[in-house]
Amino acid sequence: MSVGEWEALINVVLLGLLLVVTFGIIRLRNLFGVVMLAGIYSLLMAMVFTLLDAVDVAFTEAAVGAGVSTILSLGTLALIDSRREKIPFRFQFTPMLVALVTGAVLLWGMQDMPAVGTADAPNQVHVAPYYIERTPVEIDVPNIVTAVLASYRGFDTLGEVTVIFTAGIGVMMLLSSMPVIGARRRRRRNGDDQENDT
Amino acid sequence: MMEWLGQFNYYVFAILMMAGIYVAMSRGNLVKKVVGLNIFQASVFLLYISSGKIWGGTAPILGDGLTQPISNPLPHVLILTAIVVGVATTSIGLALIVRIKEAYGTVEEDEIAEAEALYEEELIRAEEAEA
Amino acid sequence: MIEHLVPRILAKLLIPFILLFGLYVQFHGDFGPGGGFQAGVIFAAGIILYALIYGLDRARRVITPGLVAFLVALGLLIYAGVGVATLLLGAEFLNYGALDSHDPVHGQHLGILIIEFGVGTTVAAVMITIFYQFAGRLQITRELESDETDDEDGEEEEMTGSPQ
Repeated sequence: MSVGEWEALINVVLLGLLLVVTFGIIRLRNLFGVVMLAGIYSLLMAMVFTLLDAVDVAFTEAAVGAGVSTILSLGTLALIDSRREKIPFRFQFTPMLVALVTGAVLLWGMQDMPAVGTADAPNQVHVAPYYIERTPVEIDVPNIVTAVLASYRGFDTLGEVTVIFTAGIGVMMLLSSMPVIGARRRRRRNGDDQENDT
Repeated sequence: MMEWLGQFNYYVFAILMMAGIYVAMSRGNLVKKVVGLNIFQASVFLLYISSGKIWGGTAPILGDGLTQPISNPLPHVLILTAIVVGVATTSIGLALIVRIKEAYGTVEEDEIAEAEALYEEELIRAEEAEA
Repeated sequence: MIEHLVPRILAKLLIPFILLFGLYVQFHGDFGPGGGFQAGVIFAAGIILYALIYGLDRARRVITPGLVAFLVALGLLIYAGVGVATLLLGAEFLNYGALDSHDPVHGQHLGILIIEFGVGTTVAAVMITIFYQFAGRLQITRELESDETDDEDGEEEEMTGSPQ
């Protein structure tokens, strides 16, 4: 088997594992297990990205999805102190219907797409060769993704950094280290006569 | 030789998107909803990156002596941004879940709805008592 | 601080290399996979590992929350500042060729280096800040719970097994 066939086979195996993990996330009730499976999902996705030649994206997905996202989810689980989700008391029809309709429309819309990996697909022919040819001339940086991200599409990256900045500020506003609301309410309900010393 | 793969990646993308939508809509636990949205986002990443792949190609890094075609670098740029924005929104969502737990004592959607309904009734009763 | 010896020793060995690797990824983003975002996340992961093993208080003494909040804004300011600098030098916003009037390609190199540094700073600081907020909330919740159990029982209750 040639290298390309091995790549395709590993691709199929990894995506199959991804489907198994997703099924586990749907069925599992233990929240800790769900968070761990989400971390495994991100890691498998990073492996698939490496196989599909997206090394920068794989790097970011592994660091962010399997690293930071898992840490924050575990921190949230520790704070909400809840271990299992409740069993839904009835089988819900609407979510399944919405999911099936979405899937059907997607599959119908994908009929005309070229197979994965064809070299003369429309998206490979128009804009990509421009960037690949112009980068050594205008920017002379070996990593084309960095060149496009930082220079050709630098304004979008500015917006992205602003989004991250806003998220940091948002979390600071939501979770700043003031006394916890519930404790104050509990103290008031217990008829605490002490002066509030904050 | 690799044509037997066909559109397999796109089918997996459709299944993962369906799974993400289903988890986000049907489960009442807020943490699971956030995880479902993450599944949904990652499936979209799979679509874009799969569409940029060229069989027998290489990563979009220039070097000496490259004979293979280079895979499309544009989806990589878009998805890089999307991943970072995704983690930003996930962190805000998790912070909101923490505050909801402190305010309501639960992170199940139906219990929160009950607590809200009770609170509304108390408010209405308080207004009627004053009037 | 976690009492077990093995995680502490391993963390002591690994954290300098993690931080060094973060710096490597930051500045070699031009030549291989990497760049600002990945480097920021790796750097933050090193600091988070330190906070997990040695306790939040020690980490907050090393990397103060005020410093981290300042860095959050500084990175974005560097990025936008480069754009304004190119405006002042006569070209369009974020046209790095204007940074070096003799050789636009060298200006592009310079511009990419500076803005990636800004991006890495902001991303690392935001990740550390978010972790501090979550962990600080947990610390306060645990302290308040131990205060309440003190009030009810009237005795000192030892907090069991909490990493401090």
